[in-house]
Amino acid sequence: MAPVQPLLQVDGVTLQYKTREHLVTATYRVSFDVHHSDRFVLLGPSGCGKSTLLKAVGGYLAPVEGRIRLKGRDVTRPGRDRVMVFQEFDQLLPWKTVRQNVMFALLESGTLAGREAEERAMTYIEKVNLTRFADAYPHTLSGGMKQRVAIARGMAMEPDVLLMDEPFAALDALTRRKMQDDLLQLWEGTGFTILFVTHSIPEAVRIGNRVLLLSPHPGQVWAELDSDGQDRVDSATGRRLSERIHDMLFAGHAVEDKAAARA
Amino acid sequence: MREQDFGVVRKPLSVLERIYGNGFVRKGLILAVLAAIWQVYGLYLDNPLLLPTFFATLRSFFERIASGELPLKALTSIEVLLQGYAIGLALALVFTIAAITTRIGNDLLETLTAMFNPLPAIALLPLALIWFGLGSPSIVFVLVHAVLWPVALNTHSGFQGVSGTLRMVGRNYGLSGVRYVWKILIPAAFPSILSGLKIGWAFAWRTLIAAELVFGTTSGSGGLGWFIYENKNTLDIPAVFAGLFTVILIGLLVESLIFRTVERHTVRRWGMHV
Repeated sequence: MAPVQPLLQVDGVTLQYKTREHLVTATYRVSFDVHHSDRFVLLGPSGCGKSTLLKAVGGYLAPVEGRIRLKGRDVTRPGRDRVMVFQEFDQLLPWKTVRQNVMFALLESGTLAGREAEERAMTYIEKVNLTRFADAYPHTLSGGMKQRVAIARGMAMEPDVLLMDEPFAALDALTRRKMQDDLLQLWEGTGFTILFVTHSIPEAVRIGNRVLLLSPHPGQVWAELDSDGQDRVDSATGRRLSERIHDMLFAGHAVEDKAAARA
Repeated sequence: MREQDFGVVRKPLSVLERIYGNGFVRKGLILAVLAAIWQVYGLYLDNPLLLPTFFATLRSFFERIASGELPLKALTSIEVLLQGYAIGLALALVFTIAAITTRIGNDLLETLTAMFNPLPAIALLPLALIWFGLGSPSIVFVLVHAVLWPVALNTHSGFQGVSGTLRMVGRNYGLSGVRYVWKILIPAAFPSILSGLKIGWAFAWRTLIAAELVFGTTSGSGGLGWFIYENKNTLDIPAVFAGLFTVILIGLLVESLIFRTVERHTVRRWGMHV
């Protein structure tokens, strides 16, 4: 068997964006590989450039240095092979029903047409348990339901990788927990590849099978950890995974030492 | 817990309560009271040259409709209005598309709307008369000004207000150029566009009647404004009132039938009304 090529390769990527007054470096030479069926989590405090990194993978922003490749091809623009799910509830088109929202993605991207589009849309709406609400307009749905529609829309595209930008951050704690379980269950069924951004340590530990820790200002890779979702105690240190992550993120000095050592 | 502890769980409202709950009924009641006051005061004044009674006005209104005069005048007015409205909308579309695609177009639109939006369109009528002469082109010119700026201003600010998330969603599914404007920007900005259309309509209607008061549109067959002016000259005051009545009626009909219907089927259904 030939060596497995990573699905998504992020290689030495530096990202910068301009605000009105500043040129900001969001990430500095970040590298990681995402393999097929990974649930890859980008975790870091605000200002570590994780969302910017996700947008770059989405093709909305070009790296100033380094390369982003999907299946070996350079990412240059947004495309139907990488679908974003956002945190904001307004990612659904308010003038379209749940069914039409999912179909819109399939039709406009030229993925499917006519009956096939409708059938595929309904299949995924059923997967997120919203069949009863297929003809409801988004404003009549709760926040969690809206996010489920967005996930259904993303999954219906059957993209190479589903890019999720803190999709549950605006939900209440109970709904959030439920959505995490649901997402894992959906993954069990289909094994789609997820690149997931969050700043919540418990969420990262639950959702991810691999977690990339990023340090802030600018974002740099700090560590890459494996997780089995159980937050197990590490035999070497005697601490839980979430505690280890917490220590790394909040031991501010360690960041500066590391940065100094690298420089 | 026993059922009667709740008092009322669910009970139908009485017929009277339900009738009073209807907005049309309440507003109809107000109109009836106003008409009654008018009628009584008209009778008391007993001077049809100053204030004809409500029923005299109504009679004149129906007579003029039966003779075909009022419908003809109204039609003339609406015809000119639609010309001005259509040209104004087309120009507004061109300006806003230029404004969202280029920075200089944006600056141009902002400057022009800042200049012309506060200027009452009717103030341009004397100039229009010199440029286009006595006739409908002058009125159309003024109407275009009444419509263009508010519609362009609202549409543009609507486009600018479209959330970054929706824009990214559109691009994610491969929309660009005209399809992006048509499938994402216009529906997302529709509440603003619709309110622009309503303001443009109201401005145009007032401007039209005002302009017609100055002169008839074309030889002999002026619009409603001209009808009011003519009848004032012949001291047929009930007809003046009937003319005003028609102006109000058409304004109300367009607002409540056309715009309200569009609103109910779009922004209200989508939960986008502000």
